[in-house]
Amino acid sequence: MVTGRGPIERVVRLWLPVGFFLVLALFPFYWMAITSFKPNSELYNRHVMPLVLHHPTLKHYIDLLTQTSFLTWTWNTMLVAVVSTAISLVLGVMLAYPLARMRFAGAGLIAMTVAAIYLVPQPLLFIPLADLINRLGLGNTLTAVILTYPTMLVPFSAWLLLGYFKTVPMELEEAARIDGASRLQTMRRIFLPLCTPGFISAGIFAFTLSQNEFLYALIFLTKTSVRTVPVGVIAELIRGDVFYWGQLMAGALLGSIPVAIIYSFFVEHYVAGLTAGSVKG
Amino acid sequence: MSVRSEPLVGAVRPARRAATLGAWLDRQSVFSWLMMAPPLLFLAALVGYPFCYGILLSLQDRPVAHPGTFVGLKNFATNFNDPIFWRVAFNTFYTAVATLLKMVGGLALALAMNQQFPLKNLVRALLLLPFIVPTVLSTVAWMWILDPAFSVLNWVLVLVGVPKPGPSWLGNPILAMVSIIAINTWRGLPFYGITLLAGLQTVPPELYEAATIDGASGWQRFRYVTLPLLQPIILIVTLFSVIFTFADFQLVYVLTHGGPQNATQLFATYAFDIAMGAGQLGLGASIALTMLPALALLIVALTIYLRRG
Repeated sequence: MVTGRGPIERVVRLWLPVGFFLVLALFPFYWMAITSFKPNSELYNRHVMPLVLHHPTLKHYIDLLTQTSFLTWTWNTMLVAVVSTAISLVLGVMLAYPLARMRFAGAGLIAMTVAAIYLVPQPLLFIPLADLINRLGLGNTLTAVILTYPTMLVPFSAWLLLGYFKTVPMELEEAARIDGASRLQTMRRIFLPLCTPGFISAGIFAFTLSQNEFLYALIFLTKTSVRTVPVGVIAELIRGDVFYWGQLMAGALLGSIPVAIIYSFFVEHYVAGLTAGSVKG
Repeated sequence: MSVRSEPLVGAVRPARRAATLGAWLDRQSVFSWLMMAPPLLFLAALVGYPFCYGILLSLQDRPVAHPGTFVGLKNFATNFNDPIFWRVAFNTFYTAVATLLKMVGGLALALAMNQQFPLKNLVRALLLLPFIVPTVLSTVAWMWILDPAFSVLNWVLVLVGVPKPGPSWLGNPILAMVSIIAINTWRGLPFYGITLLAGLQTVPPELYEAATIDGASGWQRFRYVTLPLLQPIILIVTLFSVIFTFADFQLVYVLTHGGPQNATQLFATYAFDIAMGAGQLGLGASIALTMLPALALLIVALTIYLRRG
């Protein structure tokens, strides 16, 4: 690319647009954070300049952690995200490995079906699924969401892993086969250990998607003790027309932090996963 | 093997049987189907079955906790005569506006980011935050930004001369839709931007050098080098984005609940209200299924395109 020829041009071409997008992207989080530390007297006073914090307080956090079930919701969210991510990676590998490495009749059709299922949005399925979960007696259990989240995550992980598997050279597997290893041994001992970066990408993605899920959790989990953070925050911190803004913001911030931390550690893998489907595809 | 003496037979046979079983299991088709069977059965049970069951439900009068009765296309006829349903169908135009904004904004973001500058990776990571933070939680922050009484946006607007108390963002039907479009764009734009940035980085620099030597201006380099090379990525990202914007639920449910007066009601939220709120599972399923033709078209197009890539 042509980079700036002078300092002014560099400001106009680079810092102005990048700064604009940064402020736009980050302002809601800044607002979330400072609201959560403001006392109510400051929060609901129109004569105080709102953009900065005058008298910080931890009251909203203390109330959130002692008067609501926020910690239970956090535990539930983590448990569901970890278990459904694990299920999805295992089932995803079982789909992706044969599709990436084996020749058999119907492989193309299966690959297309997996891609198509990945693109089916939840609103198309939630009503029949709600009925199904009820009939199975799984309403208000975490099993309901642990079973249904992988319906989105399995096709997604399979698709992402399929792309990754195809980039791994085949020589090592061929050598193992010549040495007499079975296909299963070759896959487990030789191939899968080579694919850690692919698993991290798919895992991070599946984990953030599970944390983000709302519709199934809203329908299947109606008791405080089984709720996840997004549903708990919406259903229990907004009571009728009363909004507990301080607690809401504290909850939103605390609920975002686990995703943000995991994401910050693996941001390169996340970007690789994000662009894998479209750029190299 | 057959010339071996008697005592050995007993020992060899199981080994041979094991060997043939092993060989059978090692056939590519057998191995593949056995391996894929668990995930495929799982998807058949929890995607395939509900999908077909949803179609059946849409043909039934099915109040929650009661057995259904087959009513043919009556639910679809009910929708056809329902003015709210048509309002919902009209509201899906928001997909077009939001997608256009994300495309143009994302391209601008990608072009701005496709330069060398310090802390570039950190900036990229921060820019993606709206996309990775759970939608419901960031939407709660937006609700507070647009609050009728204490909106910080209106506080700024009043500062620059807008008459007090400023617009009622979520109370006015048009402004509520504007807010939905803006927040949807805010959340989806980084996905466009970062994906297109990855695409830009695959454009060989020689192409720009050659174009510059041929006397192409900055705009011409963009129009005749960058844009044609990005076209496949733009298409894929757009199809993705259209599918998930069209069928979105979370943002509208949390921000406006479809209001005011159904001005922001979408197929997903309306189907939810009818099925979960009013307990009419059959009618709700028929509303959700109205999305199917358009979605099927988009999904088939994208699937074919991804396979070719």
